[in-house]
Amino acid sequence: MSEIAQARTFDEFMEGIWRQNPVFVMVLGMCPVLAVSVSAVNALSMGLATMFVLVCSCGLVSLIRKIVPKEVRIATYIVIIATFVTVVDYVIQAVSLEIYEALGAFIQLIVVNCIILGRAEAHASKHPPLTAMVNAMGMSIGFVIGLFALGAVREVLGAGTLFGFSLFGPNFQPWVVMVLPPGGFIVLGGWLLLFSALKRRKEVRLAAQGGGHGA
Amino acid sequence: MSTPIAPIPPQATPATSLLKTLGLVSTVCGLIIVGAYQGTYDAAAANRRLALERTVFKVVPAAKSMTEWQATPQGIRPAGGEAVAGAVKFYVAYDAAGDLAGIAAEGAAKGYADTVRILYGYSPACQCITGFGLVSSKETPGIGDKIVTDKAFLANFAALDVKLNAELSALANEVRAVKHGSKANPWEIDAIAGATVTSRAVGKAINDSAQRLLPRLVPEIEKLRKKES
Repeated sequence: MSEIAQARTFDEFMEGIWRQNPVFVMVLGMCPVLAVSVSAVNALSMGLATMFVLVCSCGLVSLIRKIVPKEVRIATYIVIIATFVTVVDYVIQAVSLEIYEALGAFIQLIVVNCIILGRAEAHASKHPPLTAMVNAMGMSIGFVIGLFALGAVREVLGAGTLFGFSLFGPNFQPWVVMVLPPGGFIVLGGWLLLFSALKRRKEVRLAAQGGGHGA
Repeated sequence: MSTPIAPIPPQATPATSLLKTLGLVSTVCGLIIVGAYQGTYDAAAANRRLALERTVFKVVPAAKSMTEWQATPQGIRPAGGEAVAGAVKFYVAYDAAGDLAGIAAEGAAKGYADTVRILYGYSPACQCITGFGLVSSKETPGIGDKIVTDKAFLANFAALDVKLNAELSALANEVRAVKHGSKANPWEIDAIAGATVTSRAVGKAINDSAQRLLPRLVPEIEKLRKKES
């Protein structure tokens, strides 16, 4: 692989993790993000399930992109996505019933996660399989990071534990609202605030640098 | 004035090509789904069985093995075979020596957020409930979910009275949850203050299930004394 191609692949990979992070930048797929991020384990399992579906369906969509007429492409993508969601549903039942119960309907709802259909339509249907899968992998890792950032904060504050291990000893009074739906919005708001503050600082710095040359 | 240029009609994709693509994609997807189903079926079934056993062994602590039975209007019989309308499923737990350790059965009632499904243990010796475990619940964390952690609430189930009446047709006293601090009888459940709705759901789940199961089970309990080898 030439250096340019390598750099481009790395760029595809990093796009979803940082510049276009699905949770913190594009604010996509909020339904599972807010609903299942009550604990770090749930958040990670949901993230990994979504990762599997995203990477596999983008790979398959990209593989058949030349034979699918555009009139039936949405139907085709949905069938492919639904297939991998069903697979992941069976696999989680076989791995752990506890996680299956905790994630509940949100596993099946991965079908309508807009990150996945969005990636299939906007990226995988226009790029070769390897590029599509690398991009999907980056997006999924970005999604996992987003989910984990919420899940870990909510579990630590709302239950005083991380991955089920007690952090503050028996006298800790949990901040219960954090594991309830409002807590999801509060923590998400906090993270979005942090990210836009970082973005703003970067813009100000760039403007200050650019100011010397232009105008 | 210029005449608008008529747009070139887009080339229609032939129907056969659409059908072929959809057919191909569906076939491939169908194969993937069936493969995943076949591949995970045994592991998932084993997982469900383990989870059930764990809950049964929790509510009947002496238990070392269990068998599944059903109580039909005509009497009790081992589960399996054809399903009988109105049958109540229950689990018979045996200790290490193969003697009857207790009975476990499922109950369900509407809680605060959703249906609370529980599994309770019944001891034929004292004709009482000896414990319960959650099968599934979506009750509010920190409030309704105290039903499995609150020690005072769990103490209700050390020996919750579910004796049958003289005709063996129903419970002698209806099991129900009463307001926190007003429990006066062994068949009442002292509700958790602040989680009354969930506490009531546990009471109702036990009562509804026991009213259906025990009148069929108790007259034939001798059949279950020893584990069949």
